[in-house]
Amino acid sequence: MTALDGQEDLEAQFAQWRQYVQRRRELQQSDADELEDHLRGSVDELVAAGLRADEAFLVAVKRMGSLDDLSREFAREHSERLWKQLVLTGEADSPEAATRSRHDLLAMVICAAGAAVSIKVPELFGMRLTEDGSFYGPNASLFVLPWLTAFLAWRRRARRPLIGILVALFALGAVAANAYPLTDTSQSVVITSIHLPIALWLMVGLAYVADDWRSSRRRMDFIRFTGEWFVYFVLIALGGGVLTAFTVGTFRAIGIDPEKFITQWLLPCGAAAATIVAAWLVEAKQSVVENIAPVLTRLFTPLFTAVLLAFLVAVVWTSAGIDVEREALILFDLLLVVVLGLLLYSISARDPLVPPGLFDQLQLALVISALAIDVLVLLEITGRITAFGTTPNKAAALGENVILLANLAWSAWLLLRFARRRTPFAALERWQTGYLPVYAAWSWIVVLAFPPLFSYV
Amino acid sequence: MKVAKDLVAASATPMVLGILAEGESYGYAILRRINEVSGGELDWTEGLLYPLLHRLERLGYVKSSWQSVMGERRRKYYRITDKGLAELAEQRRQWDAVVDTLKAIWLGPGNFRLLTAIPLEGKA
Repeated sequence: MTALDGQEDLEAQFAQWRQYVQRRRELQQSDADELEDHLRGSVDELVAAGLRADEAFLVAVKRMGSLDDLSREFAREHSERLWKQLVLTGEADSPEAATRSRHDLLAMVICAAGAAVSIKVPELFGMRLTEDGSFYGPNASLFVLPWLTAFLAWRRRARRPLIGILVALFALGAVAANAYPLTDTSQSVVITSIHLPIALWLMVGLAYVADDWRSSRRRMDFIRFTGEWFVYFVLIALGGGVLTAFTVGTFRAIGIDPEKFITQWLLPCGAAAATIVAAWLVEAKQSVVENIAPVLTRLFTPLFTAVLLAFLVAVVWTSAGIDVEREALILFDLLLVVVLGLLLYSISARDPLVPPGLFDQLQLALVISALAIDVLVLLEITGRITAFGTTPNKAAALGENVILLANLAWSAWLLLRFARRRTPFAALERWQTGYLPVYAAWSWIVVLAFPPLFSYV
Repeated sequence: MKVAKDLVAASATPMVLGILAEGESYGYAILRRINEVSGGELDWTEGLLYPLLHRLERLGYVKSSWQSVMGERRRKYYRITDKGLAELAEQRRQWDAVVDTLKAIWLGPGNFRLLTAIPLEGKA
């Protein structure tokens, strides 16, 4: 063996050792550097004493003791490292990462400010948030989500054709929200206000998955992103609530009523900016904090299953018909959404290769009981529609119900086959990610086609 | 003979501060120096030294800086601060008190029995 070979081998061994060290959360990059310098000092001395390089390396590593002991000692001094902290800027592990996170922060601030300003722009044209609900309702998402899309498209370095498509779709959304002659009291205003954000959110997804929109993995990432975004948004909203309470309390104490400031500025601008900030947080913390949506899913799947089963038993026991008013229909739609959410987020966190277990059976029970309830509701509502005719509200609610039912029915089938080890888990994942365009298509249909279909009621 | 772990841990801070008081140094050199001075009887590990150095830095007794030595290799050097010197003086006072007391008890008048019972003192 030549000396040069020995040196190369030694470097390879150091590289491998570094990998082991860097896997320890207690040991940071700078600790690894410091320990490596120590190890090299030790090796140099042993080589000088006559050992071969590889022997010297072995002895030096042995002298340093096991990494377990070492990290335990480090953890005692740096216990905060066991609590993963979100590093917002600055001290990242490498200079490139630090620059990148600074750029991200800057882009986020620009987009959040843009969203906050956009939501106030209509006031220049005489619109008032408190009075022109029929304008703000359908349009609110059009002021905020383009900024979010821009932020994500910038982060993903989206290509021109995709940017063109996104711009066109947002323009289409703006047309749908404003071109139809709808009165303030028309049902379609409410329907558009609900469905346009959904349609646009899936456009956000298009920017999120950027160039790889066919990939099931990337779509699943977007589903994860959505769940985490929601959790962060709610957390920010809670913080905002505390801020609002203190603003009101302290200013009232000196005789100033801040209500107008809060309803006109703090709430709308804060909510618009929070949309972007939440997205940035999800992007920034991806690898730092455990995803919380799957944890919530684990907690609530058994509870929801219990409630749904109890409800089914009660329906059968009392043989009471379900009173299907419009609100009830929406309630059951939401129930399906929640069940679907529970399913989606446990899928998103599941290792596809793990064999079926108790939790999968629990999930199957949840989905089947939700399906059973929904079939009861559907029978009721179809009866009413055939008897009394339809409205945009009923048609939209019914359409959603059918879409969710189809999804859950097939999911139940796949879950059953998975539980009996007939199909791999990935089939369920593919089914869910493949279904995303259906939601997009339906919400665009509702937004674009419903007002003319129901003659602008 | 190896010195007990508790005793090593208790005496580590004044030793490190003492070595750094002689001049700027880095982890490996500090460990070598301890080894040399104690004749290999103090069993210091990297797991003891580096977290200790980091703690002393957090407390403001030492300051660290990365310096390039021998071309590419970067090395983290530690330098004692004024606060560290003050701490060292305080620790020295305490250790002097402990050592003096021990000496007075072990070597003092009226303790010949104990003195002769310690084999190490044979050469004294």
